[in-house]
Amino acid sequence: MNSYVLKRGLTYALLSFAAFLSVFPFFWMVVGATNKSTDVVTGKLSPGDNLITNFQNLASQVDLVRIFGNSFFIAIVSTVLTLIVSSLAGYGFEIFRSRVRERVFQLLLLFLSIPFAALMVPLFVLISRAQLNNTFAAVILPTIASIFIIFYFRQATKAFPHELRDAARVDGLKEWQIFLFVYLPTMRSTYAAATIIVFMGAWNNYLWPLIVLQTNENKTITLVISTLTAAYTPDYGVILLATVLATLPTLIIFFVLQRQFVAGMLGAVK
Amino acid sequence: MAQARLDRNEQINGWAFIMPAMVLLGIFMIYPILWSLWMSFQVGRGNAFSFGGLANIQRLANDALLLQALSNTIIFFIIQVPIMIVLALLFAVALNDATLRLRGIFRTLLFLPCVTSLIAYSSLFKSMFSNDGVINQALMGLHIIDAPIPWLTDPFWAKIVIISAITWRWTGYNMIFYLAALQNIDKSIYEAARIDGIPAWARFCKITVPMLKPVILFTTILSTIGTLQLFDEVNNITQGGPGNGTLTLSLYIYNLTFRMMPSFGYSALVSWVIVLIVAVLSVIQFFIARDRRRTT
Repeated sequence: MNSYVLKRGLTYALLSFAAFLSVFPFFWMVVGATNKSTDVVTGKLSPGDNLITNFQNLASQVDLVRIFGNSFFIAIVSTVLTLIVSSLAGYGFEIFRSRVRERVFQLLLLFLSIPFAALMVPLFVLISRAQLNNTFAAVILPTIASIFIIFYFRQATKAFPHELRDAARVDGLKEWQIFLFVYLPTMRSTYAAATIIVFMGAWNNYLWPLIVLQTNENKTITLVISTLTAAYTPDYGVILLATVLATLPTLIIFFVLQRQFVAGMLGAVK
Repeated sequence: MAQARLDRNEQINGWAFIMPAMVLLGIFMIYPILWSLWMSFQVGRGNAFSFGGLANIQRLANDALLLQALSNTIIFFIIQVPIMIVLALLFAVALNDATLRLRGIFRTLLFLPCVTSLIAYSSLFKSMFSNDGVINQALMGLHIIDAPIPWLTDPFWAKIVIISAITWRWTGYNMIFYLAALQNIDKSIYEAARIDGIPAWARFCKITVPMLKPVILFTTILSTIGTLQLFDEVNNITQGGPGNGTLTLSLYIYNLTFRMMPSFGYSALVSWVIVLIVAVLSVIQFFIARDRRRTT
């Protein structure tokens, strides 16, 4: 019994310590947003009274409405287009099988492990030649056909009941109507989970927007944070306030839709 | 006759549904990959390039920076991935115990770092690891160190910062995969092992780990790709420094293309080095997975 209590205590101690380490940077971020930069770099742990000043400094350096507007626009348009294109493909691969398309799918899985770094140089040349440099289209277009999301929808479609499709066919519905009116409503939770992953990915995307968005008025909040951090004398109060603002949308999504959030992360292995 | 028409319909629909994705992947993935193969043999600056034969390959053979980026990436991979996977496994096993109180809260808190963007959290870490920053203050307050550690100005410590940052961000993510897999293991196996008097650590090594092998392999592959992609954190926290101590492959390609004298041909060749590494690693992982399947 004693060793049981000891083991229990040890488990709680380990988990509490890990939870503390997990949460501390969040605490740090919020406290830091209210402090002067000099207090942040000397490790002040109590809230200060510099929040308003930090906000004014941030707002004077960047057009916040515009920057957040850019981030939301890119993330929402990417999410909608990615879900349409990739769910169509996932559905198509699973429902209409043929040997050739099966080979194509296997080829896609092979491409899944190619890192983006290997693509960015030719992609940049391509975008420049198409004169799409410094446009939102340049950010969005290459992300729409996501192999990962296609794979995710194909896996999910395996659970789509065949009887539903057969019944709809007997009723004389065309294939696109079956997809739109039968499949889509049935797979709501799959779409919800996929929305979360794609939105998060687009909201947090950094490397590709960094390459193709050059002018200040087109930048996203992620790019702004990295520019502020790279300054010769970074103002950490301002930076931490910006990270609070940038993290809020995903944090809210996480707490409101926690179940779908985790389901989305797990999606591909099921 | 009717059957033939049905088959043709299936074919048309099959291609129609996947067509938008295929066209986009063709333009934004296949074409760039093939083009970069051709570009690997071009020399010149910016958009003005000409055929250079094997000049790029010669440059590759003598590229000390590439070697440095490669070895940094390997160090990150070899040290960070095992630490993270072991921690994630431990947390998952601890949280899988149904009699544990507050497990929902622990799970949420451990998973929380996953909601931050890579740039946001790397800015956080940069501010925490400054010379007089909160980490040094805490370690000195606890009398673990006497003098501040030069986290961001020493190549060795900078690597430690990057490794801790990635571990902070991704451990909870991996834990969720293991938790899901643990819930699928039949409880009666543990019951039987306990009745047979098999101690907890042996149950962990002989039951839990083998049962989780496919998921562990899957997360290892994800982490491998992740390490090869490592860019946001190093670019934001250390910018590859100090002394190129945290330069990664992705950052090197970025620097080659957009920071130094831009030579797209050579960057394309280095990109192909990454593709080759991924291919070799995939084959190795495939064989490991197959061997395991055979022995179990």
